[in-house]
Amino acid sequence: MKILVCISHVPDTTSKINFTDNNTKFDTNGVQFVINPNDEFGLTRAMWFKEKQGASVDVVNVGGPETEPTLRKALAIGADKAIRVNTPAVDGFQVAKQLAKVAEEGSYDLIIAGRESIDYNGGMVPGMLAGLLKANFINTCISLEIEGNEAKAVREIDGGKESITASLPLVIGTQKGLVEEKDLKIPNMRGIMQARQKPLNVVEPVEVSKATEVDKFEKPEPKGNVKMIDAGNLEELVNLLHNEAKVI
Amino acid sequence: MSVLVYTETEEGKFKKAAFEAASYAKEVANMLSTTVTAVTVYAEDTAELKNYGVDKVLTVANDKLKNFNAEAYADVLKQAAEKEGVKVIILTQSANSKYLAPLLAVHLAAGYASNVVALPESTEPFTVKRTAFTNKAFNFTNIKTDVKIIGLSKNAFGLKESQGEASVEEFSPVLSGEDFSINITNVDKARDKVTIADAEIVVSGGRGLKGPENWKMLEDLAETLGAATACSKPVSDMGWRPHSEHVGQTGKPVSANLYIAIGISGAIQHLAGVSASKTKVVINNDPEAPFFKAADYGVVGDAFEIVPELNEKLKEFKAKNA
Repeated sequence: MKILVCISHVPDTTSKINFTDNNTKFDTNGVQFVINPNDEFGLTRAMWFKEKQGASVDVVNVGGPETEPTLRKALAIGADKAIRVNTPAVDGFQVAKQLAKVAEEGSYDLIIAGRESIDYNGGMVPGMLAGLLKANFINTCISLEIEGNEAKAVREIDGGKESITASLPLVIGTQKGLVEEKDLKIPNMRGIMQARQKPLNVVEPVEVSKATEVDKFEKPEPKGNVKMIDAGNLEELVNLLHNEAKVI
Repeated sequence: MSVLVYTETEEGKFKKAAFEAASYAKEVANMLSTTVTAVTVYAEDTAELKNYGVDKVLTVANDKLKNFNAEAYADVLKQAAEKEGVKVIILTQSANSKYLAPLLAVHLAAGYASNVVALPESTEPFTVKRTAFTNKAFNFTNIKTDVKIIGLSKNAFGLKESQGEASVEEFSPVLSGEDFSINITNVDKARDKVTIADAEIVVSGGRGLKGPENWKMLEDLAETLGAATACSKPVSDMGWRPHSEHVGQTGKPVSANLYIAIGISGAIQHLAGVSASKTKVVINNDPEAPFFKAADYGVVGDAFEIVPELNEKLKEFKAKNA
């Protein structure tokens, strides 16, 4: 089985979000970049398929050279090969089209991508990729088993879950729950050393037009002062929720 | 040329988010001087849609569509969009709509903006405001394609009633075998429980509750309020509560009317995930808990005393205002 895991290079979840150039660019100053957490759950599951079922695992990212440390980390975790499509990721459709080309050329059986990146939260790349490849697609996947050409999966729905069977090739959108937090792999020294020797191929992008473009950013208004209520006077809280906030 | 809105149903009944999407579609249609067409699949009664600005309803009833299937539903919407010649499609941000949206975008070569929180800034160019960085920022996204898809965040726009008449038309899209290449073998859904996605009020607990055995008081409070229960990341990581209840940056986003955080200190990732909620109440024994800075109302004290008492006060209030 050939697996491709799509990796977004995103600011760590603790990052302070600021913008530069008149609020048109994300300020990367002092920001730590990591593998997108939703992708990391998928990568961890891919490692399981590698260890238990002898799958090969490639990772791919669409981005400039600055994203290579993130791909190296994925290699240190255990991926066999990395591919970087040498163009900035600016639009979900554009990213999906770049990934589709890589996926077609590598004829993968299973393609894994986080259900959304934690920076732009677009939530569209896995679905668009599946649509472009005409492959089966399961989003918000929280369980996946594969035997031969058949996948058994569980999808999280609002207020429950759904069991699904589908044949390969398959694209899944991954999230928390697919693997346990404690099973996430921290690269060890051996993995880091090995990662340096593993191939990281840089490929040039295909020409695509942008479907969307971000013009500018804005930060939310700072929150007004909190109203403190005495623990002995909870009736006051009920009153405020009813009369002031009007939410009960 | 009309604006198309997919008005989702649950067991034949419209969700509030569907009316919100219709209300939004109406305003967008006004900006574009056109009308609103709603697509419904297995809706019991479509009469209510006219109260939210829908001019025309396409009803789809096909045995194969009884259960949600993203590829098939995306195909239905694609065919509806083509039949009506629409340029703008409005979806909610339910799990199902988020699932089908990118498939629909590929079918129609449409640009898609998710998590949209306001009416378009302008229609030429077509620019929408959406959240990014898990609510830590907004961005203004220009959708450049001929057909545009908007995913409207829950509670971002609200309901706008408008009186009118809606024509109803049966619509029978042509479905292919490819639409059903995924088999849904089982759907496991709690029927009597409020989901985080649909809830107006969410009651959420953190490590301060000390253990899973203490969730009863939180569930009682949620029951009084008709609320969904949720939890912080450490709580789901420790297995006290299921992952599906984890709210925050790597869990679910919450955009409820009221979010009550009990024993949650307020890590930056948690605050980001719940910040779209309108009113936030924080109950914590640590007056320095960072969550207080992001709250509307705060109570410092022992949750084990405050929560049951608050529940009693709310019950009295409900009894009086019933």
